[in-house]
Amino acid sequence: MRIRLADMAHARSGDKADRADIGLFAWDADGYAVLKREVTADRVATHFAWIAQGPVERYPLDNILAIKFVLNRALQGGAARSLRSDNLGKTVGAALLRMEIDVSEAEAARIVRREPRTK
Amino acid sequence: MHTVRIGAGLGFYGDSWLPVRASIERGEVSYIGSDHLAELTLAILHKDRLKDAAAGYTRDLVPMLTALWPLAQPRGVKFVLNAGGLNPIGARDALVSAFREKGWRARIAVVTGDGVTGRIDELRAAGQPLAHLDTGADIASVRERLLFANAYLGARPIYDALSQGADIVLTGRVADAALFLGPLVHEFGWAWDDWDRLARGLVVGHLLECSGQGSGGNFGSQGAWARVPDLAHIGYPIAEVREDGTAIVTKAPGTGGRVSFDTLRQQLLYEVHDPHHYYSPDVVLDMGTLTLTDLGDDRVEVAGATGRPRPDTLKVVAGYEDGWMGTAVIGFCWPDAYAKAEATVAIVRAALAEQRVAVEDFHVEYLGLNAFLGPHADVSGRDDLNEVWVRVAIRTADKRVADGLGRQFPWLALSGPPYMGGFHGIAPASRLLGLWPTVVDRDLVERHVEVTVTQ
Repeated sequence: MRIRLADMAHARSGDKADRADIGLFAWDADGYAVLKREVTADRVATHFAWIAQGPVERYPLDNILAIKFVLNRALQGGAARSLRSDNLGKTVGAALLRMEIDVSEAEAARIVRREPRTK
Repeated sequence: MHTVRIGAGLGFYGDSWLPVRASIERGEVSYIGSDHLAELTLAILHKDRLKDAAAGYTRDLVPMLTALWPLAQPRGVKFVLNAGGLNPIGARDALVSAFREKGWRARIAVVTGDGVTGRIDELRAAGQPLAHLDTGADIASVRERLLFANAYLGARPIYDALSQGADIVLTGRVADAALFLGPLVHEFGWAWDDWDRLARGLVVGHLLECSGQGSGGNFGSQGAWARVPDLAHIGYPIAEVREDGTAIVTKAPGTGGRVSFDTLRQQLLYEVHDPHHYYSPDVVLDMGTLTLTDLGDDRVEVAGATGRPRPDTLKVVAGYEDGWMGTAVIGFCWPDAYAKAEATVAIVRAALAEQRVAVEDFHVEYLGLNAFLGPHADVSGRDDLNEVWVRVAIRTADKRVADGLGRQFPWLALSGPPYMGGFHGIAPASRLLGLWPTVVDRDLVERHVEVTVTQ
């Protein structure tokens, strides 16, 4: 079945010169394993082909169940020369959460959540 | 065991200082580190300074400290702020004058030397290429259009100012996290080559430099953001730091917001490039070794970060003139709202072409429909929208063209598609600035850095 990343992860984005960067966070270790498998640099580059003119970098961080993405040449040269309403790339994280991935129903039952697993 | 509590001030020029009151009154902090300078802010301050040579610092400095100093002074709370912007001396003078008027006494330090605007040719002559950090382009291509250039200084001059007894330290451009690392090195006496402790201090600074983003604000998520309690009374993050650099991040009792594993790791990775090599002037931080342990009750322990030796260069960001932006926003009501907005944009675009107006980029966004999500927006309801607003933005080298964009729209109220409403007026042109990130040998900057304390 297809789910949105918003159904299993959270994200924040920001800017540095002409780069937009996104932290993508699984709610738990099961979700993190799926993120690592599905959300590749290639998929993210395709997802953001409409803004990112340069390569996408990907840094998984097992210690905090997160993946850092950096979109190069994604802000029309930088926030101070961008024509976009979101010149600072603040909403790029939301756009990533719209990405759809394929998971099995068993997997979905384990990872779909919009809050931390209660202890 | 000696611990130091340090609290977050502002996260940008324009941020609220009301939450800082709770950190001072109930958060038992000894320091407030306040970051007024986003990457873009020097561009805004440059525009201010064109109008008034005494400006160029962030104008929130005086009202903020006028509100907070009476609370801070009896408790011995010190401030480190980069509110100096492009004019730290001007900021110092304004603050000293405001304090004298009130009859308040404070030792105010100012750090100068980050500005290299007037030193570009000297640095080039000294063998610094100042090539664009990302593209490798030669700075000669923008040399004539440069407006400002500032190096990111580290924690050392802040440490020096505190060691000289400063109560308030004002800087220009410093690495954001250095606003917090400086006080920690001062308190703990960490060696400047104790890379792991410096790295842990840098993590603390990074978690606190964006005010409410370290305590549940802007918690990027679907649904979960709504479970962060009482954002109206958010408490900015406070770190309780131990001598080994281990810290507990929390917030003042009775405040809103949330400090948790989830809210804190969003801030940890915010505006970070390679998390294994997070460059600062004082240390290169590896975030891959640290742990965030949620202790509950808005307390998260941060431990185990490691560092590598600091770079031999400092980052410099310069700004240069890069044309003008003209914008216009106009609304249409059902029926056919989207089709009419699209048709109107086509008419304006054709008119600009017929008038042989030089436009480099023509950017169209349908506000409320696809301005943020682009091709990932759900536009299935596009043909039956209740209303839609279209925003047109153009890039041009000619200010008059940018100023004139808005005038292409009003006549269409009578001669264009029906049910147009809410024209936002004719917006003046905005100056566009390019940012030029580069590096410079640190010694060439640091020999010009001065710390001056005023009683």
